[in-house]
Amino acid sequence: MATQQTNTLARVMMAPAVIVLLIWMIVPLVMTIWFSFQNYSLINPMMTGFAGWANYIYVIGDPSFTQALVNTLLLVGGVLIITVIGGTFIALLLDQPIWGQGILRILVISPFFVMPPVAALIWKNGFLHPGYGMFGHLFKMLGLQPVDWFAQYPLFSIIVIVAWQWLPFATLILLTALQSLSEEQREAAEMDGANAINRFWYIIMPHMARAITIVILIQTIFLLGIFAEIRVTTGGGPGYASTNIAFLVFRTGILSNDIGAGSAGGVVAVIIANIVAFFLMRAVGKNLDA
Amino acid sequence: MARKVSTQTRIGFTIGAWVVALLLFSPILWTALTAFKTEAEAIASPPTFWPQTFTLENFSAVQERSDYVKHAINSIIVALGSTLLGLAIGIPAAWAMAFAPTKRTKDVLMWMLSTKMMPAVGVLIPIYLIFRDLRLLDTVHGLTIIMTLINLPIIIWMLYTYFKEIPVDILEAARMDGAELWNEIVHVLVPMAIPGIASTLLLNVILAWNEAFWSITLTSGRAGTLTAFISSFSSPQGLFLAKLSAASLLAIAPILLMGWFSQKQLVRGLTFGAVK
Repeated sequence: MATQQTNTLARVMMAPAVIVLLIWMIVPLVMTIWFSFQNYSLINPMMTGFAGWANYIYVIGDPSFTQALVNTLLLVGGVLIITVIGGTFIALLLDQPIWGQGILRILVISPFFVMPPVAALIWKNGFLHPGYGMFGHLFKMLGLQPVDWFAQYPLFSIIVIVAWQWLPFATLILLTALQSLSEEQREAAEMDGANAINRFWYIIMPHMARAITIVILIQTIFLLGIFAEIRVTTGGGPGYASTNIAFLVFRTGILSNDIGAGSAGGVVAVIIANIVAFFLMRAVGKNLDA
Repeated sequence: MARKVSTQTRIGFTIGAWVVALLLFSPILWTALTAFKTEAEAIASPPTFWPQTFTLENFSAVQERSDYVKHAINSIIVALGSTLLGLAIGIPAAWAMAFAPTKRTKDVLMWMLSTKMMPAVGVLIPIYLIFRDLRLLDTVHGLTIIMTLINLPIIIWMLYTYFKEIPVDILEAARMDGAELWNEIVHVLVPMAIPGIASTLLLNVILAWNEAFWSITLTSGRAGTLTAFISSFSSPQGLFLAKLSAASLLAIAPILLMGWFSQKQLVRGLTFGAVK
């Protein structure tokens, strides 16, 4: 059916997209890898030449790296646990016969459209601030000492903010999957005398498994790169207490002007993301033939 | 959906769902209310729910301090500009892959998606240096280019899944009638493709509007978008909670409204068509 002519036309139509993405993917990445093996500091122009593995040893060997890696895992893991469990629960609730489902959906999805710095700042000042935040007021009302969340639990505070932003995403995807479960299937199970718990484990969960996998993988890609929420709240501190890998690279490369070491950190971030991406691509790719 | 349940159960679920939904929405509601309070009332303890003295002062103060209008215009230019540019590059590509697929189409699509997996910090430093050398730092067009590139894979994927749903039979029928290729495109394909293109446009404007990594690292005063604008409120200066709330409300309101209209497209776009 496809003639030589249409094939040529198709190639021409695809060329611009392929070319720009090819450049976008290769040029900066090759530069990052190149810089990561160079002595290159914007502050000290005398520092030049091949560095070997020195930048990697410097970045990975520093205690800040281990802490940033642990923080990254805690941040991604914490947010995933809250959003997947919470999202499943809320999706099941919204799928029940309730009044005002349309409005409820809008209310629940809203946090997702709040840009990261706004989300972080309204939580930081309106809720978590010990003096005039909502939680501060609540603690005082209960006769407790208000907590300075960002000073005492910086990483936990950021997890709360990010979870609030991503809970709607998980809910919306899981709700969409839930609603595609056929009514007959559920009714049949109900007729066969399956109780609510059995229906959940044997009918609903297997149906949702794919959607949950996709939620986990996509969120992981975005959560590995959490940046703005840290930038406007703690600035990665106190010390490195709330610095993740993404913020560490920014700190080293842009704030401290150490291009070589920052690039080495960037390469490490790419490797971590690629491991996740490998699984995501397989999950999405399976769907492509369907 | 139309399951038969007792009214009692229904009331129970309804109350539960509303409590959860209002809790999730409360930070936004609280910000919106605080925006209309005076600074003194905003930090009053115990707090007031509804503004006692309703004021618009915060909005004018925010405009004076940080020039909301300029940042909003930058956001609109970057979000719309990058989306339109992305569509201009993406529509032909998605079109070709949907209607003239070859053995390699699937690989090309997967490869395009893989570019989206690259963490921004992995390429931050070279992009920053290239931008510095080309004098693109803190320019609207520089940021627009980056925004186009990071959203292009999503644009192509979304368009592809929509175009895939256009029945090919219709094309064949039009061809049988002796329609010219051009006529076929204008009268048959375009009307069927418009909804998919509109959805793609909407979702990508939202994504570009809320993008914070590149807009914070690559822009400052001159070309700053609203994400950069709001970040300038990260260090408190005197009494500022009400002003911060006003600034936040101004930054999120337009996109919140757009988001409410695009829930369905959001699912498809963000899961790369894997969940519909």
